[in-house]
Amino acid sequence: MTETDAVKLTNITKRFPSVLANDNINFVLKKGEIHALLGENGAGKTTLMNILYGLQRADSGTIEVYGRPVSIHNPNDALSLKIGMVHQHFMLFEPFTVIENIMLGREIHQCGVLDRKKARKKVVDLSESFGLTVDPDSYISEISVAMQQRVELLRILYQGADILILDEPTAVLSPQEIVEFGAILRKLVTSGKSVIVITHKLKEIIDFADRCTVVSRGKVVNTLSVSDVDAHALASMMIGHELQAQVQSHKNAPGPRLLSLQNIYAEDDRGHTAVQGVTLDVHAGEILALTGVDGNGQREIIEVLAGVRKASSGSILLRDQEIQNYSPRMLYESGCANIPEDRHKDGLVFKFTVAENIALRTYRNYVEGPFLRFDKMNHDAVSLIQDFNIYPADPMHAVGEMSGGNQQKVIIARELVDNPEFIVAAHPTRGLDVGAASYVQQSLVQEKERGAAILLISFDLDEILQIANRIAIIYNGKIIAVKSASDLTREQLGLGFAGIAE
Amino acid sequence: MLIDIGFILGTMFMYATPLLYTALGGAISENSGVVNIGLEGMMTIGAFSAATTSYFLQNPWIGFIFGGFAGALLGLVHAVACVSYRADNVVSGIAINFLGPGIALFLARHFFGGTTHTKILDLDKKMPRPFDGVFEQNSFFDLILNQYATMFIALFLVFVVHFVFYYTRVGLRLRSVGEKPTAARTVGIRVVLYRYGAVIVSGFFAGLGGSSLSIAIVSHFWHPLISGQGFIALAAMIFGKWKPIPTMFACLMFGFSQGIAVFLGRVIPATYTELVSMIPYALTLIVLVLFVRRSRAPSALGGQVDE
Ligand SMILES: Nc1ncnc2c1ncn2[C@@H]1O[C@H](COP(=O)(O)OP(=O)(O)OP(=O)(O)O)[C@@H](O)[C@H]1O
Ligand SMILES: [Mg+2]
Repeated sequence: MTETDAVKLTNITKRFPSVLANDNINFVLKKGEIHALLGENGAGKTTLMNILYGLQRADSGTIEVYGRPVSIHNPNDALSLKIGMVHQHFMLFEPFTVIENIMLGREIHQCGVLDRKKARKKVVDLSESFGLTVDPDSYISEISVAMQQRVELLRILYQGADILILDEPTAVLSPQEIVEFGAILRKLVTSGKSVIVITHKLKEIIDFADRCTVVSRGKVVNTLSVSDVDAHALASMMIGHELQAQVQSHKNAPGPRLLSLQNIYAEDDRGHTAVQGVTLDVHAGEILALTGVDGNGQREIIEVLAGVRKASSGSILLRDQEIQNYSPRMLYESGCANIPEDRHKDGLVFKFTVAENIALRTYRNYVEGPFLRFDKMNHDAVSLIQDFNIYPADPMHAVGEMSGGNQQKVIIARELVDNPEFIVAAHPTRGLDVGAASYVQQSLVQEKERGAAILLISFDLDEILQIANRIAIIYNGKIIAVKSASDLTREQLGLGFAGIAE
Repeated sequence: MLIDIGFILGTMFMYATPLLYTALGGAISENSGVVNIGLEGMMTIGAFSAATTSYFLQNPWIGFIFGGFAGALLGLVHAVACVSYRADNVVSGIAINFLGPGIALFLARHFFGGTTHTKILDLDKKMPRPFDGVFEQNSFFDLILNQYATMFIALFLVFVVHFVFYYTRVGLRLRSVGEKPTAARTVGIRVVLYRYGAVIVSGFFAGLGGSSLSIAIVSHFWHPLISGQGFIALAAMIFGKWKPIPTMFACLMFGFSQGIAVFLGRVIPATYTELVSMIPYALTLIVLVLFVRRSRAPSALGGQVDE
């Protein structure tokens, strides 16, 4: 009975110059199911989905859609087969409005003239019927990443896709939003759609997928029904061995105050006061988690601390010295490190190699007269590549051609390389597989135990509860509670996200 | 006094006309993500072709359109180099800037017995002036409105391009291609097609810009006719933030300072001529630097795409 299969991929192989990304992959998406695709960073998940969506050509293998063999040469072919894809990295246009983004490619028009009114109505209808709240007339540059995620989802619904490919759609969502997202997926499959979802969060898979396929280094390890497994078994299947025990965090006594934000006000890009009098101290030897629903001022605080946004008032003290007006370079030289939120925009130079990206921070170590010692640079990069398990393990590999998770590891390696005293880590494990995520968490804990002060911005509750010493909840640009991590439960955190602190 | 103002404004419109066409052309190309510094060369070939065709066919309208097509042909060359062969946009543009005048001079020699300029058009074979004789001669309105038809067409095109950019499907797609070609591709837009179209149309506009000089403002083509106007148009487009209407104001601003310079040139002693002719450039620069804030180029400008 082939009609029960929405998609059938047979013997798909795809080789990139340096790696075999897909090695004879067989994959079946049944009609009306939610199928999770799992695997380590660089396992080849995105590549496989890009092939199904026509963004890349397989070297060999066949694709069947609803039992019919098809050849998909470009996204247009995929779209006309009603295949839609939400990409791992947003494919949105910052200077366009939400509506323009959604309708682009499938515009509602009259003799070529856009009918924004009709498009708006269609978007609003979809957004209401699936509970995906968006601001239809805002520009993408003005909305939070969570809303951008919803825009991406609305776009494929608008396109009328029946087969939905979602590449890490939950990476930027808060726990509450993930629950809502699961409900939306359920709604989608009951209305006859079939969904492939890539995620690294095993708990989500258990919560909302029907079946899952695990890939490792380009090969399918297994396809199984989710009801037959638990998170632990999945994790070990994914990384090929048992996941080490939980991140070890000793509750060491924090040292003196290292960084202090005092009554900081800052504006967002639109000129609204997004940060309204934030006061926070981060001590040496502690991880302070700053958490809350995205878009409550976190981005602005991160940027103020990175020296790329000016606070409108207040002061920032590092070891009791005012660092408000420091440039990013001066901040680095005084011992600050920064793991940015958006790795594409602020974290990496895509055309540079791994070694060069790492040396963006430390390049002065490699200066010899007017020259740079690239040999030394590559040599140092090799050891970091090993430490952080970056794949492919080649210092000369262009960062733009690496998998998303591995790009993230490159940034973390760079920022932690020379023992910074103060670290801002914005969503450091976003997009990382379980193994890599726990490695990064362990690294942060080690930095803390070494005596670094860490400000962790995250809304991954497990992560926060596991490694943070204290937790600050931000809502509407204000800190509404600062508590010791051991005094907080998930429920209290959830309430805090909604702006309720007792 | 009123007459002087009329004179300055009239001169403004006259000088702004070729810039308007060319700058709009620049905006079209660059909004699709292809840098076009070849505007100068495209203008030159347009000016030559228009003057030549008008002369031989004795019809300025055919000449005008022909000038556009000549520019479009160089646009096609630029598109092939930049889009299909992934040449550096600036390098290709420089080549176009040599190619345009080179071909123009070569053909001028061929058609006009070894000279490097075309024959002068009869007054009644130039572009017509729709408001000629409507107002009393040299009255305020006559000075301002008695312009060549090309000027009115240019202003009209500003709004056409604005409309196309922001209200039509083609415009939305064009800008998406210049902004993030990979993302445009994921929603099924043919990036290469749009870039080809935009660069060719851009050449067509620059060709019209050249035509509006050689068969309206003056009545023949000779070598230094264009001398830098393509670059000024490019600057106007940048000051206009790659948007048609602000670009129009930048062009008018330049025309206005040109008008002041011409006016002063008539009242100030001849020893200062060179200084006076600097005014448009200096004034434009000052005004634009002081009043135009933060311009944002299309994100993918000058980049390449895979297809
Ligand atoms: N355009 C490209 N050119 C060369 N190599 C590539 C390209 N895209 C991906 N690769 C390589 O193919 C492999 C698979 O990458 P892919 O992006 O499919 O991984 P993934 O499973 O999606 O990982 P992640 O969870 O980190 O997103 C990686 O080793 C990557 O370096
Ligand atoms: Mg991926």
